[in-house]
Amino acid sequence: MSIAPAPVIPVVVFPGSNDDRDAQRALELLGAESPRVWHTDEQLPAATAAVVLPGGFSYGDYLRCGAIARFSPVMQAVSAFAADGGLVLGICNGFQILTEAGLLPGALRPNESLSFVCRDVALIVETSESAFTSRCGQGRELSIPVKHGDGCWFVDDALLEELDANGQIALRYADGANPNGAVGNVAGVLNGDGNVFGLMPHPEHAVDALLGSTDGALILGSLVDAARLSAAVLV
Amino acid sequence: MRATVLVRPKPGILDPQGQAVEGSLRHLGFDVAETRVGRLVDVELATEDRAEALAELERMCEQLLTNPLIESYTIELGAA
Repeated sequence: MSIAPAPVIPVVVFPGSNDDRDAQRALELLGAESPRVWHTDEQLPAATAAVVLPGGFSYGDYLRCGAIARFSPVMQAVSAFAADGGLVLGICNGFQILTEAGLLPGALRPNESLSFVCRDVALIVETSESAFTSRCGQGRELSIPVKHGDGCWFVDDALLEELDANGQIALRYADGANPNGAVGNVAGVLNGDGNVFGLMPHPEHAVDALLGSTDGALILGSLVDAARLSAAVLV
Repeated sequence: MRATVLVRPKPGILDPQGQAVEGSLRHLGFDVAETRVGRLVDVELATEDRAEALAELERMCEQLLTNPLIESYTIELGAA
């Protein structure tokens, strides 16, 4: 089997996205080829092996965070890609968009504190058996920054239990570190098939020791590994 | 036809905004048991048919105006 040298992982740019270049830079640092894709594009690049929806304030967060972005042309392509088993990662606003689009369970509400939080948080890796956490090590504690006003993830108790039993809760805030009031301390959640993942922390801001932590590279590096494998299968 | 859609956080959903308003009202001396904050959307529809308007507004609520997981809605139709 030939290994594709640089899997193509586009980063989608919505009006109001502001972490797209950080995500692009982080992915390229980790060995991916990462073109930016405009929200009006109706198709993803031909060799796309995974897609990243970056952080920001798409469409000004009007109505509800992520509610408007889900109707953009590129999201139809992203939904189709995900339905075919394609790897999709949503970071912060990207996570909000994926929940609004119905690609991930739950909804993101204003932080319990009503304050915008911007700081490093301690996270616990609940499963390393996913395309997004394979490099992380189960039970490991990561330090990755959050910066959001609407990160209070909500599902009802029954669904939380079900998601937990299915191993879909991949990332939790460490005890006492929950920055937003999310139920079950959930920081990141997978879809049922494990090919779509959303998280509030920003791994793309934690890939360089100069900025305090390189733990984000474990998450994005896992995605690059998985994208490389899926690209090799496609070839 | 004019209509107003009222969107509310569902019961049991944490509403920190409502809690903050409640605290401020108490601070002002009002005897308030609970405050919840929602959203109001005024819509001017092309149709004058009430049944048609209602059906359309319900579709709007389901597709965009509300997130059914966390919000409920009521529709108030204007006088024909």
